[in-house]
Amino acid sequence: MQYHVQIEITLKPTVMDAQGTTIEKALHKLGHTTADHVRIGKFVTMEIEAASSTDAEHAAAEMCRELLANPVIEQYAVQVVDKEQVA
Amino acid sequence: MKFGVVVFPGSNCDADCLYAISAVTGQEVRYVWHEERDISDLDCIVLPGGFSYGDYLRCGAVARFSPVMEAVVTHAALGKFVIGICNGFQVLTEAGLLPGALYRNDHLKFVCKPQYLRVEEPNTPFTHFYQHGQVVEFPIAHGEGRYYADAETLTRLEDEGQVIFRYCTADGQITLDANPNGSLSNIAGICNQARNVLGLMPHPERRCDRIIGGTDGKKLFKGILESFMVRAISLGHR
Repeated sequence: MQYHVQIEITLKPTVMDAQGTTIEKALHKLGHTTADHVRIGKFVTMEIEAASSTDAEHAAAEMCRELLANPVIEQYAVQVVDKEQVA
Repeated sequence: MKFGVVVFPGSNCDADCLYAISAVTGQEVRYVWHEERDISDLDCIVLPGGFSYGDYLRCGAVARFSPVMEAVVTHAALGKFVIGICNGFQVLTEAGLLPGALYRNDHLKFVCKPQYLRVEEPNTPFTHFYQHGQVVEFPIAHGEGRYYADAETLTRLEDEGQVIFRYCTADGQITLDANPNGSLSNIAGICNQARNVLGLMPHPERRCDRIIGGTDGKKLFKGILESFMVRAISLGHR
């Protein structure tokens, strides 16, 4: 079965995110003073052919460890999404 | 002695490296296409600056999976010399040949300017012609050169003398203002534990000719040749 997978890659909380800080300042300037702890990351989507949702999730996590994220500075979160929900 | 300069799709300092190494050392230098798997003829391999694979995903993330990188890993394991300059340094960290990571400059801008560096460690095959604490000037040109490593790794690098170059002022002071990208501890260049793999963000190959601004980089390439010769003599097959 084919699963739709969404992956979020962000800098670890211990790594300073200069983009996030800059965007947060810009938001504040625009009057959005309620915005706090802004972090910028990457969003990857893909279809994965797998026997189950868990298998799809494991496959995506493996891809993150090998290539999509750099474990020295980044963390990732994998979500397998219901196809109908995406459409 | 024979040098090689890797050419990834998107490398743009390969010709500069080839020219500088050839002019400074007088030794044979050849280009190494990223699809080559046999680099056993080489004694030193250089990963040059540029934007390998368009810097897609992360700088160096895709390049590290190119066929030549397997050969570079073997080359390094044999104790032969490897230098990564700028994008080459990023590739070496992605490949795990050097610890830590390089990411977006703290001010988010691409920075391109001459930069003072302090030589922290003359005790490497690359830097032994420099004095400890000597200030040199190499240009920098990068958007993602901010060095990061976790506290434990950083302590180990400092304790083992693996921090080779630090960003500094003209008189060698390590200050926040002299740090062009937010690198931890002003780190500009490091080596591995075995001291045969060097990575640095600044460009020594752009400081090998007075006509383009200076010759501070010459000692680095001369140093490698000398180290190779000394090693060859001690092995008895010069």
